[in-house]
Amino acid sequence: MKIKKTSLSLTSDLSQKRNAAEKRFRLYGLIAISIGILMLIILVATILSKGLTAFQQTFITLDVELIEAKLDKKGSRDLVDIKKVTTFGYAPLVKKSFEVLISKEKLVTDLSSKDASKILSKSAASDLRNFVLNDLNVIGQTVSFEFLTNSWIDGYLKGRVTRETIQNSKNVSPEQLDFADQLVELGIIKKKFNLGFILGSDASDMRPEAAGFGVSMVGSFYMMLVVLVLSLPIGVAASIYLEEFAPRNWITDVIEVNISNLAAVPSIVFGILGLAVFINFMHLPQSAPFVGGMVLTLMTLPTIIISTRASLKSVPPSIRDAALGIGASKMQTVFHHVLPLAAPGILTGTIIGLAQALGETAPLLLIGMIGYIATNMPNGVIEGLASPNSAMPAQIYEWAKRSDPAFYERAWGGIIILLVFLITMNTVAVILRRRFERRW
Amino acid sequence: MENEIKISAKGVQVFYADKHAIKNVDVEIQDKKVTAFIGPSGCGKSTFLRSLNRMNDTITTCRVEGEILLDGQNIYNLEVDPVQLRAKVGMVFQKANPFPKSIYDNVAYGPRIHGLSQSKTDLDEIVEMALRRGALWEEVKDRLSEPGTGLSGGQQQRLCIARAIATQPEVLLMDEPCSALDPIATAQIEELIDDLKENFCVVIVTHSMQQAARVSNKTAFFHLGDLVEYGDTEKLFIKPLDPRTESYISGKIG
Repeated sequence: MKIKKTSLSLTSDLSQKRNAAEKRFRLYGLIAISIGILMLIILVATILSKGLTAFQQTFITLDVELIEAKLDKKGSRDLVDIKKVTTFGYAPLVKKSFEVLISKEKLVTDLSSKDASKILSKSAASDLRNFVLNDLNVIGQTVSFEFLTNSWIDGYLKGRVTRETIQNSKNVSPEQLDFADQLVELGIIKKKFNLGFILGSDASDMRPEAAGFGVSMVGSFYMMLVVLVLSLPIGVAASIYLEEFAPRNWITDVIEVNISNLAAVPSIVFGILGLAVFINFMHLPQSAPFVGGMVLTLMTLPTIIISTRASLKSVPPSIRDAALGIGASKMQTVFHHVLPLAAPGILTGTIIGLAQALGETAPLLLIGMIGYIATNMPNGVIEGLASPNSAMPAQIYEWAKRSDPAFYERAWGGIIILLVFLITMNTVAVILRRRFERRW
Repeated sequence: MENEIKISAKGVQVFYADKHAIKNVDVEIQDKKVTAFIGPSGCGKSTFLRSLNRMNDTITTCRVEGEILLDGQNIYNLEVDPVQLRAKVGMVFQKANPFPKSIYDNVAYGPRIHGLSQSKTDLDEIVEMALRRGALWEEVKDRLSEPGTGLSGGQQQRLCIARAIATQPEVLLMDEPCSALDPIATAQIEELIDDLKENFCVVIVTHSMQQAARVSNKTAFFHLGDLVEYGDTEKLFIKPLDPRTESYISGKIG
């Protein structure tokens, strides 16, 4: 048979086709990755552009004379007496400070001082009252206090509210906007970083400017604490039993199959289970983070069990043989040798499971943690676990539902905070996994 | 005492599910001597070795029949705790498997869990003695807190030997301890085995006939699950009685 001689420097047809196919394949891959990155950029840009404004809030600095005659008639500085003065008693002080401001700065406006003071948040008088109650010595002095403006003025400074959009609005008038313009020029009204958004509690529909994410963060924190404390020991113990001690018979097989299936069950089913068992049957307090934590534990357990089993399996049998060979019992082998070596994998799996649980909303829906407006930070751990609260994803959902665009903006802000937590937790998990990876 | 029988196996059969791995083996292993098990791959010598300290218990499909007497007591009796047995019958594996702990902790682990020491000084003494007996003390005495996995291959295997003898066993089983080592490390371990037989009954499985000839006093030749021949090493190698032994030694099989 004659073998046709070909030159190496001329690419044959077959090679050319192959090279072209490879080039095309690489191109497809590149396109796919580019689309993915593009989507990611659009997502991040949207979230940041809509949510970053939530971290800024419009404040107005006013000099308020804390008239002793109105606040502490007896002059006794007795806390009990001063507490009797309600927020209604503080409102005139605020009104007066506007009168003083208008005359001092020679501002041009048709507004009465009462209408002018309406540019403040409805929580203004209450904030002032809390300030006084914290430090009774300020009574009689004139203090410079930072008030939140209401959400329409805030929206005006952020560009959300314009003179066209407020045509028929009862909440804000063009005169108020003109007034605000003058104050902005004087530097009395400014947009500032709003720590209250991160640390504060939620607020009612009338006061979106005062709404904060803080209490729901605490609710999420307590829930995660419950999930960690319950699911880690139970999950690890179950895995150790299944991996090391369970006999290889059909019962064990059934258990294993069911655990894998549970990992795929939609989370709302766990919510229904929680409602039926924890709330209706056991009469545990509704909306409590500790009940939410238990429901999320049920959801996270399969994930932890599966990842723990994988870590245990990855410990080489030579270590087990060595331990058994010098007379360690099975328990000693597992706890002294296998478990420490499997620990990094278990840790990674737990962090990932917790990160998943942090973002879950559906199960919380049914046990009442959505729609609950938590107005106070819980005092102490017991209250933190048992008193009704909300959770971060639930809070975001709640805000997104409300019609006021100020709440909508806050929902985006909440999403940013939630995403920061999730990205941090997942990054920590990846770093830990890399650091502890052993080469056998 | 000369020629005292340490381990006596009678009619031992080992099954892996349906596979008959060891067929009717009778052998008497002497104390303070080195006994070598030789034979081609898959002949069952490792299986038989592992049944001497009930390591086969960890394999669920494995079944052992017959009697194996250690100092006259059947180790497969129901009252016998395999954990305690393994403290008396130590094992060294083919690939060195030190724990990922410090050198000190590697050797101290066995005595700790068996309650062999009363105090820290006791434990220090036990560790030093085990490392000396394992011919490793001079090399590691200044770095006992370093991880055991940081040693060279030969050193790791000597560490495993030291670990096994720290529990003061009566018998030391060695499953091809030198097969993963270079010739110099092998020579060091063989020298060590020669010293070890002063204090322990040593049973060694080896692929290398030359090693068996160098190191052991008695040799047992296994073939396809049967114990074909057992006798003094010199006699077995120079004048084997069974034709199968002769074929293996001269390289015709295996």
